[in-house]
Amino acid sequence: MRPLTYSRAGDVQHAIALATANPASAFLAGGTTEVDLIRAGISQSEHLVDINELPLREVEDQPDGGLRIGALARMSDVARTPSVVERYPAISRALLLGASEQLRNMASMGGNLRQRTRCAYLRDGVSPCNKREPGSGCAALDGFNRGHAILGTSEHCIATHPSDVAVALAAFDAVIRTVGPDGERAIPFDDFFLLPGDTPHLEHPIAPGELIVGIDVPGAPIARGSIYLKFRDRQSYEFALVSVAAAIEVDDSLVTGVRIAMGGVGTKPWRARRAEAALVGRPANETSFRHAAAAELAEAVVREHNAFKVELAQRAMVRGLVHSLNRSQS
Amino acid sequence: MNAVGTPVTRVDGPAKVTGAARYSAEISLPGMTYLAVVGATIASGRVTAIDAEAARAAEGVLAVLTPEDLPKIAAEPHLLPSLVGGPAPGESFFPMQDDIVQYAGQPVALVIAEEYEQAHHAASLVRISYQPTRSVTTIEQGRDQAYEADRLFGGLMPARSERGDVEAGLAGADVRVEVAYKMAANHHNPIEAPSTVATWDGGNLTLYESTQGIRATQQTVALLLGLPIARVRVITRFVGGGFGAKAMVWPNVTLTAMAARHIGRPVKLMLTRPQMFTSNGHREEQEQRITLGAARDGRLTAIRHEKLSITSPFDDWAEPATGVSSQLYGCQNYLGIHRLIKGNTMTPTFTRGPGESLGVFTLETAMDELAYQLAIDPVELRLRNHTPVDPFGNPWSSDGLMECLRLGAERFGWSERNPAPRATQDGEWLIGTGVASAAYPIAFFMPPQRARARIFADGSAIVQTSTQEFGTGVLTMATQVGADALGVALRDMEFQAGDSDLPNSTAAVGSAGAGMVSSAVHAAGTALREQLIALAVGDEKSPLHGAGPASVNVADGHLTSAERPGAVDTYRELLSRNHMSDAEALGTWRPPPLDTPHGLLTFGAQFAEVAVDPELGLVRVRRLNGAFAPGRVLNPLLAHSQLMGGMLWGMSQALLEGNHMDPRYGRWAETNLAEYLVPVNADAPDVHVDFVDVNDELVGPLGAKGVGEIGQVGVAAAIANAVFHATGRRVRSLPMAPELVMDPAAGGQ
Ligand SMILES: Cc1cc2nc3c(=O)[nH]c(=O)nc-3n(C[C@H](O)[C@H](O)[C@H](O)COP(=O)(O)OP(=O)(O)OC[C@H]3O[C@@H](n4cnc5c(N)ncnc54)[C@H](O)[C@@H]3O)c2cc1C
Ligand code: SF4
Repeated sequence: MRPLTYSRAGDVQHAIALATANPASAFLAGGTTEVDLIRAGISQSEHLVDINELPLREVEDQPDGGLRIGALARMSDVARTPSVVERYPAISRALLLGASEQLRNMASMGGNLRQRTRCAYLRDGVSPCNKREPGSGCAALDGFNRGHAILGTSEHCIATHPSDVAVALAAFDAVIRTVGPDGERAIPFDDFFLLPGDTPHLEHPIAPGELIVGIDVPGAPIARGSIYLKFRDRQSYEFALVSVAAAIEVDDSLVTGVRIAMGGVGTKPWRARRAEAALVGRPANETSFRHAAAAELAEAVVREHNAFKVELAQRAMVRGLVHSLNRSQS
Repeated sequence: MNAVGTPVTRVDGPAKVTGAARYSAEISLPGMTYLAVVGATIASGRVTAIDAEAARAAEGVLAVLTPEDLPKIAAEPHLLPSLVGGPAPGESFFPMQDDIVQYAGQPVALVIAEEYEQAHHAASLVRISYQPTRSVTTIEQGRDQAYEADRLFGGLMPARSERGDVEAGLAGADVRVEVAYKMAANHHNPIEAPSTVATWDGGNLTLYESTQGIRATQQTVALLLGLPIARVRVITRFVGGGFGAKAMVWPNVTLTAMAARHIGRPVKLMLTRPQMFTSNGHREEQEQRITLGAARDGRLTAIRHEKLSITSPFDDWAEPATGVSSQLYGCQNYLGIHRLIKGNTMTPTFTRGPGESLGVFTLETAMDELAYQLAIDPVELRLRNHTPVDPFGNPWSSDGLMECLRLGAERFGWSERNPAPRATQDGEWLIGTGVASAAYPIAFFMPPQRARARIFADGSAIVQTSTQEFGTGVLTMATQVGADALGVALRDMEFQAGDSDLPNSTAAVGSAGAGMVSSAVHAAGTALREQLIALAVGDEKSPLHGAGPASVNVADGHLTSAERPGAVDTYRELLSRNHMSDAEALGTWRPPPLDTPHGLLTFGAQFAEVAVDPELGLVRVRRLNGAFAPGRVLNPLLAHSQLMGGMLWGMSQALLEGNHMDPRYGRWAETNLAEYLVPVNADAPDVHVDFVDVNDELVGPLGAKGVGEIGQVGVAAAIANAVFHATGRRVRSLPMAPELVMDPAAGGQ
């Protein structure tokens, strides 16, 4: 492991000052991503700013029925917070289906959103990879790309965003709150994750030293019946081949409101807006669900080993909608 | 009271759960330094330059060794399985002797530093320039260069086995079934990474090594370094799993010894998880094909079994896949062939259930198809093809296949099965069940095995041999065997192993460990007991004086004789009366000759129930039932764990494990445990293990046939057959990933 320096921040401004002072610094929350990437020689950070003492661990109720989740709240704590379980079961479920209990006890919500793709070519340190070495090419395009994305890809990168909870947060229009050298910002969830385009090394619109302080989830009654399903080769401790967060509202057998987001298929947590648009006002049945899923996946771009995900994602979306429909009716 | 056969809990359990057990990487010596290996990133070509300037300048670095700095080895390594008992290099190749790169990950430079992290950081700073040449690392790339191998396993076994006229047998068959499979490569991934500590004292080398064969390590390193074997000592107290990855001796061990000699201080090497994919062999990528011919009553008339696999540039290695298919069922006409492709990988190696596990997979899925084609129950089909003799007409040393099939079927509830495919549903899941026979060859390639037993004046005793504990429970089992053989209570017996200075025993591979160690320990304990009985009956002061030695019985250190009712002597009194502080004896077990007139297989039967989500392609195993006939069960607790672990391995092979070469770079695509999937606890189904009692007087004095491999064999076939039963579709690749299992899109693809 590369020699590193380390400092511990006492408050938010201190953290920002420490991180801005050294351009090669990274915040250290649970360290479950950052330390891995340093060990693998992928993260170039030379200085770690430990932010674990910052008072950003709470989950607070908001007047609109929503929640404010502190950036340092642990995945396991958030998953078991009663207001999360009641109001956003999909968020709780997504957290519990991620990583392992030990990791969830360490891993923070802010760190989760900034975890990096699991693309093995990024992590092997030698293969061409535009994320690791801009301009070097993308080994995954014609390589072993079973786990790679089919939506939001470019000719320069097809890496999947691996987070589970980000999928559920995408479905409910979460907002990322940051504080940086230039002050506070509120970044809509969709804007927080950049598509690879021709700059796959740029993953978030975040300035050096800018700290995520929390995640706001607006009140959404529909979310009370939400579900999160995760499908993978083994039953636990694996990233999703495909996952789906869904919530549906039905009046007189017609869909009046719907939220769908998918994991494992997109270069970012994938809000399925086309499918949502195709469903509102339609009968809440499998035929409409299949039609909506097909609409979402119409623009999928497949590679040699991930073509199956087009069909798998549609079936998973239908499954998710059926489950949330059952839930909303029970 | 016999200790053998009772469920004694592990004698090393407390040391393991408290952390007191020392693994090789935990050995600390004064002045320890750390070694990091720099592996080649190309699969074929030459190293044209090594720029080590930055690495040498990095903090804590003591030396960077390139091929120019490294001494030449004293003798060329020649691959030979460690079971034979001699030097056992994993490949007929030693790296860093010149600038040639034969496979990715091959060591090309070494860094020695004061600290582990410093060594690895400096290793990342070594800049290597290559001149790559075209590489072949997949079957697809090398298919047209395939050749039929002559012999396998370093010449130990013929690659072709043939009897009768297979083409005539097929032509004359009422029905024929042909199946073909692609099987991805497997990596063992024991949880303990291979680690070595090397330290020199003058011309004497001591190695602390994570190996399944300390004597193999001793002899291999002595050979490569040109040292007398007596100058090399290998110490291995505990090994955190091997599964074949540590069955042979790989170059990193000798490189560590070379580094220690260079630096004049002890050196520790701990391979990283990614390095474990290119440092200790693997189960090779392969394709297998079986053609069965049968009469309408299900009796086999011909079997043709072909395996195609990829090996290294320097060895004709294939795990032998036809040892079971050639003899499990009665069949006049048989042909088994191994074809190979030379590729740019390291030499593949033993992986749990070596070779036969995929050979049996192919045979037993073909048998399932035959059963469906003939509308004969799959269990019944196997029973009909059972043979009491091997292909040479020799009776099995012990059998048990029919009993295993019958008992397994009964425990599993097989008779309630509706044979129709895709007929049973449970919500979103389709349910299926499947069966397979299991068998694994017993091979007597090993030399005589020795152990020493010693008893002290206070009645405490030890028995010793140079094996090592790698999780199988050998320390516990050998304590039980030693106690019974000598006639002392379990609490008075200690088994010592893990040191090459102890009497010889061979690498614990191929399910032979328990048989070899128990036989040698039994021989030593028995020899010592006989010596002490002779002493007693010749001792005028003994209450047993003059009794016939054969009449004397010993239990818990007390000697009694049927000829002298009421008379009791004890080992303690006997030794003190004779002014002896201790007594010892060496025991030797000679394995039966290779041409013993017996069929040699261990038998079992596997049953599986699976749930398949046909839309999403998910397969979840709900139940596994195994019935096995492994001869004498020395410790049912240990045997159960071994067999259950093997069965979970088989499940993993069926559904999860597979590595893929990226042919563009000749590097493995999966090099960590997030990418290379093995089951987690949540995947483990109900596993039920039954034993069928068989008496085997050939395999050793205790009649133990071994449980290391048989549990793994047949499971994948039972699961694949269950997936067919659930879905009505056959999946032709391993592992059976969701994309292969899921129903095709409507309209077909
Ligand atoms: C084996 C394994 C399996 C996993 N499986 C899953 C899974 O199934 N599903 C899933 O969703 N995730 C999974 N993860 C990822 C895990 O959830 C993330 O590693 C974790 O959430 C990261 O949080 P952390 O606090 O440890 O972040 P750190 O490692 O401390 O930080 C991660 C990154 O975020 C930055 N950062 C951290 N906090 C802030 C902040 N407040 N503001 C700005 N930047 C910040 C750091 O500088 C760093 O770049 C897995 C991880 C591992 C190691
Ligand atoms: S997919 Fe993205 S992360 Fe993976 S190799 Fe290509 S550029 Fe790198």
